[in-house]
Amino acid sequence: MISDVRLAHADFDAAHELQRFTLRQDAGGIVSFLGKVRAEGGDDAVLALELRHYAPLTLSGMEMLALRAQRHWTLTGLLIIHREGVMHPGDPIVLVACGARHRRDAFEACDFLMDHLKSESWFWKREKTAHGWHWVDPRDQDRKDLSRWAHVA
Amino acid sequence: MSLTLLFLGKLEDVAGAPSLSLDVAQPLSLSEIAERLEPRLAVALSAANVRVALNGSLVGAGGWAAGNGDELAFLPPVSGG
Repeated sequence: MISDVRLAHADFDAAHELQRFTLRQDAGGIVSFLGKVRAEGGDDAVLALELRHYAPLTLSGMEMLALRAQRHWTLTGLLIIHREGVMHPGDPIVLVACGARHRRDAFEACDFLMDHLKSESWFWKREKTAHGWHWVDPRDQDRKDLSRWAHVA
Repeated sequence: MSLTLLFLGKLEDVAGAPSLSLDVAQPLSLSEIAERLEPRLAVALSAANVRVALNGSLVGAGGWAAGNGDELAFLPPVSGG
């Protein structure tokens, strides 16, 4: 079982990371999720996105989350790369990948990790539009998504 | 050395800066620290959904005191990913 959890301080090459992760393990299947900064038009178009973190807690929290996933699902590998800092439309924000002998473990672990990264990890997001920078409020939907995983210790 | 207060997320806008230094004669509780701040900031920091970390570890609202050389971070609800 390989576990690779990173807080990225600069742009990363998601395709290259995924390829490297794939080669490092003997998985029957690998499920991945790549979150990117949305490119939208109009007045509210996001020109830049910044994720702030709190160094003493953010990475250690991501590592604890990875341990929870490893305990619950049978995985051959787990990858989390999460950006902090200023990003622009099209830039990768988060890459999560899970390898397993059987696909269900990989799908579910990946889903679990993303729901928790969105709503429990120590990141604060602000967006820059034509009107300037503003902080993004937590979404109720993100909190609701967490309730799906109450059974995971 | 002074007591450093860190404001994450929206709290930075309320505070007007990401951090603030306080010179304190002795270690203070959260309510004693709040008394030293602008009322608007004190109210924002005292919200039930704001977590507090003392020198990098999460703490509750009471049972601790922070003095010169300590770092106290105020963490509002997260909005990441």
